[in-house]
Amino acid sequence: MPAELLLLLASPLAGGLVLALMGHRRRAAEVNAAFSTFTFAAAAALVARVVSEGPFEALYRQLFVDPLNVFLVALTAFVGMTTAMFSRPYMRIEREHGRVTDGGMRLYHSMYQMFSFTMLLVLTTNNLGVMWVAMEAATLTTVLLVALYRTHASLEAAWKYFILCGVGIAQALLGTILVYFAAEKILGAGVGALLWTELDTVKGRLEPAVMSIAFVFLLVGYGTKVGMVPLHNWLPDAHAEGPTPVSAVLSGLLLNVALYALIRFKVITDGALERPFASGLMMGFGLLSVAVAALFLSRQRDIKRMFAYSSIEHMGLITFAFGLGGPVASFAGLLHMTMHSLTKSAIFFAVGHATQKAGTQLMADIRGLIRLSPTVGWGLTLGTVAILGLPPFGVFASEFLILTQAIAHAPWAAPILLVSLGISFAAIFGKVQPMVFGEPSVARLRHRPALLPVFAHLLLVLMFGLYMPPYLAGWYRQAALLIG
Amino acid sequence: MLQHHGPQLVNLLASVMLLLAFAMLSQRRIISLINLFAAQGFTLFLSTALVAWLTGQDHLYASALLTLALKVIALPWILHRLIRRLNVKWDVETLINIPTTMLIGIVLVILAFNLALPISLLAGTVTKATLGIALACVLLSFLMMITRSKAVPQVIGFLAMENGLFFAATGAVYGMPMVIEFGIALDVLVGMLILGIFFFRIRERFDSLDTRHLERLKEL
Repeated sequence: MPAELLLLLASPLAGGLVLALMGHRRRAAEVNAAFSTFTFAAAAALVARVVSEGPFEALYRQLFVDPLNVFLVALTAFVGMTTAMFSRPYMRIEREHGRVTDGGMRLYHSMYQMFSFTMLLVLTTNNLGVMWVAMEAATLTTVLLVALYRTHASLEAAWKYFILCGVGIAQALLGTILVYFAAEKILGAGVGALLWTELDTVKGRLEPAVMSIAFVFLLVGYGTKVGMVPLHNWLPDAHAEGPTPVSAVLSGLLLNVALYALIRFKVITDGALERPFASGLMMGFGLLSVAVAALFLSRQRDIKRMFAYSSIEHMGLITFAFGLGGPVASFAGLLHMTMHSLTKSAIFFAVGHATQKAGTQLMADIRGLIRLSPTVGWGLTLGTVAILGLPPFGVFASEFLILTQAIAHAPWAAPILLVSLGISFAAIFGKVQPMVFGEPSVARLRHRPALLPVFAHLLLVLMFGLYMPPYLAGWYRQAALLIG
Repeated sequence: MLQHHGPQLVNLLASVMLLLAFAMLSQRRIISLINLFAAQGFTLFLSTALVAWLTGQDHLYASALLTLALKVIALPWILHRLIRRLNVKWDVETLINIPTTMLIGIVLVILAFNLALPISLLAGTVTKATLGIALACVLLSFLMMITRSKAVPQVIGFLAMENGLFFAATGAVYGMPMVIEFGIALDVLVGMLILGIFFFRIRERFDSLDTRHLERLKEL
């Protein structure tokens, strides 16, 4: 097993144990950031290896890395690292305000690392059963994080999150059992019949009737975690009530990881059915998510809830792009996944400081950020402009690609997308503008906000919008070919 | 003799599973609900062991023992302890009255059999007839989760759903590979422990475990 891959998985796992033992000592936050940085270094080394040597399998074929998952590994490790850096000062302030107990801080740091571990395991495992187990574990590690503040609303959000995602993930287990049932006929019983690489080679011979039923269960199951309408109810609550760094990783990473699981199954199902059944379902649900989320956006009063709905909208757009398929649309989907992760986590960082300043998450009570703290104000403004898809940011490039592909291959969908994007633009811009430029009403924050991660993310998004290095473009193209 | 009647015996155990699923749906007392859940786990253990013996699939014995340890002993024990420690009023309240729930349950069973039909036609296992019942158990547990207003019965519904899924795996494919079954069992156990902590937090905040307290977060 290559050392990079081993370290990638071992680092967050060890981090979780060390931080659980370390408790709430003063340096726990630094140790947390150090482990995440180390994980990112391992991910970078892994990328270098895959780029030079091509895809490979490891650990008796149980793990595998190809351009598609290594791109998400790099993204997950990167946002995991910046969020750990952001959470160091942020959570310290929360601790000083008395919103979190010492035990809560221990839980937070330990579970943060375990959550990274489960996500990286979902991404790198070749075994579809292990993928399920790790995905369920990702839910379990974040349930207590959502309820960290122990308020009425946060307990309710965590309960909803646990029950809805638990039921959803149970459907995904049924789907996985059915896929195993279809594969076992060709590959024989045993772990081999659950390996994605094995399934990929025999996908044309899998029983179509079983695979189509299986995919419906998998779509409902993993779709719940992606936050697809109408299975999205847990998402705004969990994002709004958890601590901000948790909102950032839930929105920026977990949704991507769940969608990744769905993509892997889509490739096999499309291969088995020889007609675009899985793709059609993904396009339909994606479009529904975009439209419904756009309508809900204008009715939000809580800033974190509003950006949670914006996540539903963007995940819908990405699901639609993958459903559309073809090299360009899949390329655009992958690019949008990256752009959304970076931008949305940057927005949550800025929003975290803004709400800490104002002491409320209600948008009506947050005014005049730019005068009180130019960095927070500019961070929020630029993040919002980027997520709304204005040039020159990268989100514009990916959204533009998705729209042109929709016009070319599914013209009926294009008006729905355009109208929804227009509505959400009006809703979000109309609400963020007075928060930033209005008459100040919020108190001055004593602590210096740590906004380096915000601007680092936005700079990357800007770079993707202006200039995409050829090797990156080539890498995305390779990954897109795997999706088909 | 047993070899000959084996498949029928598996079917008999399957009907006991279904019966227990209905019994749980109609049960009002929490202690009895936990006992019914343990009984369902025990039936699952018996049928898995029987299928293992009939087919000579050795890994199913391990799966059966796992079921015995987790679903018959560990989880009911944890639940009983939780009930005692939490010390809240424990009559199960339902959101829809029980006869209506039972009627909906019957519709779900018919639906499950229809859904399972194409799959069990393709299955080569001696247990393929049980697949419909397994799906019915999953749907009935789901119904139980929806119709109960207290947190603990909802969780028992969730665990019973896991029972149904394991039963489906045994019926369709003689169980999942062992690694996966262990992984699933670990997730269920950890989930239960986390919920244990969670119950105390809910109670500490609301003095009750009624999830109707948890309905404040709504769209405007």
